[in-house]
Amino acid sequence: MAALRRVSQQLSVCSHAVRQLTGMNGCRTRLQLRSFGLCGANQQSFDPTDKPQFPGASAEFVDRLEFIQPNVISGIPIYRVMDRQGQIINPSEDPQLSKETVLNFYQKMTLLNTMDRILYESQRQGRISFYMTNYGEEGTHIGSAAALEPNDLVFGQYREAGVLMYRGFPLDLFMAQCYANADDLGKGRQMPVHYGSKDLHFVTISSPLATQIPQAAGSAYALKRENLNRAVICYFGEGAASEGDAHAGFNFSATLECPLIFFCRNNGYAISTPTNEQYRGDGIAARGPGYGMMSIRVDGNDVFAVYNATKEARRRAVAENQPFLIEAMTYRIGHHSTSDDSSAYRSVDEVNYWDKQDHPISRLRHYMTARDWWAEEDERSWRKESRKMVMEAFEKAERRHKPKPDLLFTDVYHEMTDNLTKQRDAMWRHVQQYKEHYPLDAFEK
Amino acid sequence: TSSTKCFLVSQPQQIYTTATMAAAARFLLRGGAQNSKLSAVSAVNSGSYHHHHRFGPTLLTVSCDTHDARSQPRRHAAHFTFQPDPVPTQYGPTQKMNLFQAVTSALDNTLASDPTAVIFGEDVAFGGVFRCTVGLRDKYGKDRVFNTPLCEQGIVGFGIGAAVAGATAIAEIQFADYIYPAFDQIVNEAAKYRYRSGNLFDCGKLTIRAPWGCVGHGSLYHSQSPEAFFAHCPGVKVVIPRSPVQAKGLLLACIADPNPCIFFEPKILYRAAVEQVPVEPFVVPLSQAEVLEEGSDVTLVAWGTQIHVMREVARMAQEKLGVSCELIDLQTILPWDTETVCKSVVKTGRLLISHEAPVTGGFAAEISATVQEQCFLNLEAPIARVCGYDTPFPHIFEPFYIPDKWKCFEAIKKMLNF
Repeated sequence: MAALRRVSQQLSVCSHAVRQLTGMNGCRTRLQLRSFGLCGANQQSFDPTDKPQFPGASAEFVDRLEFIQPNVISGIPIYRVMDRQGQIINPSEDPQLSKETVLNFYQKMTLLNTMDRILYESQRQGRISFYMTNYGEEGTHIGSAAALEPNDLVFGQYREAGVLMYRGFPLDLFMAQCYANADDLGKGRQMPVHYGSKDLHFVTISSPLATQIPQAAGSAYALKRENLNRAVICYFGEGAASEGDAHAGFNFSATLECPLIFFCRNNGYAISTPTNEQYRGDGIAARGPGYGMMSIRVDGNDVFAVYNATKEARRRAVAENQPFLIEAMTYRIGHHSTSDDSSAYRSVDEVNYWDKQDHPISRLRHYMTARDWWAEEDERSWRKESRKMVMEAFEKAERRHKPKPDLLFTDVYHEMTDNLTKQRDAMWRHVQQYKEHYPLDAFEK
Repeated sequence: TSSTKCFLVSQPQQIYTTATMAAAARFLLRGGAQNSKLSAVSAVNSGSYHHHHRFGPTLLTVSCDTHDARSQPRRHAAHFTFQPDPVPTQYGPTQKMNLFQAVTSALDNTLASDPTAVIFGEDVAFGGVFRCTVGLRDKYGKDRVFNTPLCEQGIVGFGIGAAVAGATAIAEIQFADYIYPAFDQIVNEAAKYRYRSGNLFDCGKLTIRAPWGCVGHGSLYHSQSPEAFFAHCPGVKVVIPRSPVQAKGLLLACIADPNPCIFFEPKILYRAAVEQVPVEPFVVPLSQAEVLEEGSDVTLVAWGTQIHVMREVARMAQEKLGVSCELIDLQTILPWDTETVCKSVVKTGRLLISHEAPVTGGFAAEISATVQEQCFLNLEAPIARVCGYDTPFPHIFEPFYIPDKWKCFEAIKKMLNF
């Protein structure tokens, strides 16, 4: 008896607490009674002002059972400024960049293309160990890089060399990294194309995919707190976007309100895996709204569309402290890398279509020639000059020694540890004793 | 016969009183009048702590007295007694703090002196499931102490990026048992950032903190000691304190250290360990093992909670065997202080290493291999490792699993009689 009395006292305590919690509408009595199941089921009539109270979503009730159909037949439309022949479609979208700027775009894209040809060949000839070309995606690099401020921080994946080139990374240093010679800023530690530049605010590339995505969110958050109006851009492919790190980065950037541009190069393939085996939804742009993120899809082979979208995204990301997702549709004309032969999984015809009919470099050239900014002789002399520049840098990099082997042991930590000092000394003693088996001559002393 | 009904009720913290009462009401109404009393008792050993994932932030054990003579055995008492160190006098005024308060103090000092410092992770905003960040958001602002979504790979990745951009980033992983989604970010990214970039970039301003080690009832996923996984990863530092003073000094050292650091906090000590801790910031150096007690016959090496077990083992060895033990707290697992340990073994000739983590591939194996390389001729007996068994960390079998003082004592006897 005493127990039951205590229970009813406790119940009224409970009811009171529940009332305080819900506290907001006239349904109190019903809620109290229902939650303890003590009164018989008391059917109330439907109240049309009955709005959902769930903390987890802001939405209306609906009384018809209907699943939302994902729309992949007519997905998010693709923003473009030029048609495939380089003609402006809607003049109000033409960014009307100066001749000097447009020529620079063109020269950077073609210089990148030339460097790619020569370095790809050098791998085939056994001069460097590995290479990845950027064929077909030059527009995504140059268009986006041009829309940023020089001190915006760049996180890349591995197919964004044009961004670094646009910012002024010299050919010598591209080559030095690929040759891993003593001029390499990375001190010879990574495979080719893993570029980085502190001065140009381009974070060193790493091989694991998508790891840069949540890092970009963290950097953007730190830069936001610095209050210097700097933005972060984070590049990745449509394949890397399947990684858990991509989900993590998108979600964090939205919840933590980071001034950040996510730039997805959707080039149709992740090595041999086509997009229909990578995702089943409407590409990457359609995921943005799921994270509460502003999103757009653009024609990645249209350098002006890429430029316009990145410029506006950058302006708003910094002004409003929110992330923007740009999915740039493009096509990977080259193989995944020198370790890949893409004829094993796609037709030569498909590749030729993109090379001949929808290439960012030719579309921009048509735009320039239509304005008499670029003629045949300009093309001939630039090809000759750019090739000469690349060959000079190439020969110089070939001749250069590799870095000192001591550099195997430094930068593991900020400071050298006793353990590593001992290991380094042991290595040298060994190498001195067996020196004919080690390629010492190629390395700096 | 009446049954003794004990059950766990989990509810969000704010309305636990209400819910407990509601649960009690339901229980009474179903169970009839046999059970006449209800009382809520908090968990033995360590106070209430908070389950990750399925059980919500608060666990409450409701036990019922009955008239039945057959009663449940008491939950097992702790396997150690915390031994506070002498009050430090060289760092200024001190204040009584337990381990989580010492952590809060270190974080408070950091946020006060370093305007770039930020603290983030799951549930840190309200104070954290172990109360390590209580009061910091109110004091320093919501842009500096904030919750993240529930995603360890995101927490560490975000932390790396913040550190790369120049902020002092302090990331909390809610339990060390949940650090594995972040393993790629820690091992492939944080540890290698400086090396792979030729020192153009680094994330030295990153510190990761996580509750660590057995707690009496934590079972597979609230008891782990994962230091061995990270010991194999050049480029990070791994640090484990034994006490509140050490926790504050070592955590501040990790935060100041220009390398990414992982700081494991023995959760069983959060409330149980109380000391006088300096109020001002101070640093306990990394990679310097501490000789806590000098001895001549056996070297004992341990870290974290296990130090307190070993103190008792040393006492037992002295009292029952007349054996003098030298006790070393390793403190930094990576890079570890081989010199102090080897110097001690050269003197004593015998080494016992003990940790809760499973013995195979545990960090005792690394210490063993190095010591036998460098001190082979000084050894009087094989090196002993008294560690967890090669099983996941069990729940009800914890008293049998852990490397307790009896197992360590027995190992010393064997070494002496070798």
